[in-house]
Amino acid sequence: MEKMTLGALSCKEDFPLLSRVVHGKRLVYLDSASSSQRPQVVLDAMDDYYRTTHANVHRGVYSIAEEADHLYEAARLSAGRFVGAPDPEHEIIFTKNATEAINLVAATWGRKNLHSGDAVLLTDMEHHSNIVPWLALAEEREFELRWLSVDEHYRLDLSDLDRQLDGVKLVACTTMSNVLGTIPPFAEIAERAHKAGALVLADAAQSVPHLPTDVGSLGCDFLAFSAHKMLGPTGIGVLWARHELLEEMPTFLGGGGMIRDVRHDGFVSNVLPWKFEAGTPPIAEAVGLGAAVDYLGSVGMEAVRKHEVNLMGYALETLGDRFGDDLTVFAPPGAEERGGVISFAYRDVHPHDLAQVLDQSGVCVRAGHHCAKPLMRRLGVSATARASLYLYNDESDVDALADAIAEAGTLFG
Amino acid sequence: MTGLEDLYREIILDHYRSPRNRGELPVPPAHRVEGFNPLCGDEVVVYVELDDGTLSDIRISGQGCSISQSSASLMSAAVKGKPVSEVRGLIKTFKAMMSIHEARLGDGESQGASPNGSASGETVGDPDSLGELAALQGVVKFPVRIKCATLSWNALAQGLDEMGAA
Repeated sequence: MEKMTLGALSCKEDFPLLSRVVHGKRLVYLDSASSSQRPQVVLDAMDDYYRTTHANVHRGVYSIAEEADHLYEAARLSAGRFVGAPDPEHEIIFTKNATEAINLVAATWGRKNLHSGDAVLLTDMEHHSNIVPWLALAEEREFELRWLSVDEHYRLDLSDLDRQLDGVKLVACTTMSNVLGTIPPFAEIAERAHKAGALVLADAAQSVPHLPTDVGSLGCDFLAFSAHKMLGPTGIGVLWARHELLEEMPTFLGGGGMIRDVRHDGFVSNVLPWKFEAGTPPIAEAVGLGAAVDYLGSVGMEAVRKHEVNLMGYALETLGDRFGDDLTVFAPPGAEERGGVISFAYRDVHPHDLAQVLDQSGVCVRAGHHCAKPLMRRLGVSATARASLYLYNDESDVDALADAIAEAGTLFG
Repeated sequence: MTGLEDLYREIILDHYRSPRNRGELPVPPAHRVEGFNPLCGDEVVVYVELDDGTLSDIRISGQGCSISQSSASLMSAAVKGKPVSEVRGLIKTFKAMMSIHEARLGDGESQGASPNGSASGETVGDPDSLGELAALQGVVKFPVRIKCATLSWNALAQGLDEMGAA
């Protein structure tokens, strides 16, 4: 596949849904932080799979079963290489989504290793998916939860990190905030966490789709991401974890595929990675994820990142010029420490009303707490409006956003 | 702005900018109920006082979108000073108006779609009798916002239930 060039050439044409018209206006999709759109190649790959190759995996001897198996395992390797996994064959576990991946770690590694007297360190900018599993487990296992706070520049406050790490067994932290766009200094946090004897889990749902990812450079021990945020289908996500950890972890869901033997008095679990994949997996979805990885690979994640940095710069400049103090953006100041996520408040127009007016112009943004209620509390708001950028967005989308915000200003006086 | 006139009618914007009956009431004798819409962060707190079968006083506090807050304000103006039985009737009529299911069916069989009565014989009020509340009729065209409009009404109904008011 030829290399796409961004900036000069929009790749919108690759995404069929982006040619939709809503309320007589061009659809301007600015909610990729919630879910991204599918390029035609991903749709084709899944469709082809169902038309020509579908059979259950790991179970059949006949030709198409072997082909299906091959496609599924190839997708596993693709996903692993995409995040720099040293041993993708064994270290990549397919789940339903990033949320399930984190729940898997909590339910298996967490339940086995966290006891009363231990601590888990989270942050105030975590998504509920990286909070609730730990809250629930903490109630059961009676360990302590600590929180890294967010400072006035929307960065993590690491000034007290070493003291907060004392007694911590796990640090669970985002690699990019879905509200603020903040990219924490994850590698530094991981290094200090390891020195303090803690393991590190990366909630990478927002970052894997938008910047080059390497688990080695991040220094994480666990990493979770979702296909649907990176041009892939819904219904499939990935847990990467270090081989030794996965070997030690008890099984998660029980059923077919994850066993080697089942008797009346017990079972023997299967080897990695299938130990953690019970039942018929989302095979077509894995194929879709593989196609998404290929597409992003052909564009190049460096190029994706560069495009978003540029477009984010254009967006902040445009919004600043047109609305000045009427519009507050909740994002850290430096271009390199943030992703293409723009949470904002416009005068005293409620985010819900703002999103409604924007919809009339075909502009899709999200309004609400973004599954980050502790962060909302820290920001002192109950909700924000959020626009988010991806490789298929361009200046015309940003202009449409600005125009629509101006309309809201007129309506709500 | 075209397309949104149905949602953001003047009455609604007026009640949003100048909400009626804002504040709190001492509890007891008033009763306090919170309504919360987790999807978008709308919060409504309803303080209601009953006196001899009449809703003698009501206050609204909280924060949220124009639909949730204006609906709460319109509600407070509509129910203040009315007998509880009438308030119950208003809640029913309003919720029927907000019911997208009824709006889609649009035939005499479904309760609420028919303005003057229903199969079960209960009197569901005529939407025209809702006065200013009828301004919120347009919300059914925006299903995601129905929960915003009914938030305070559900809180009020819950409050009346908790107070054991008939």
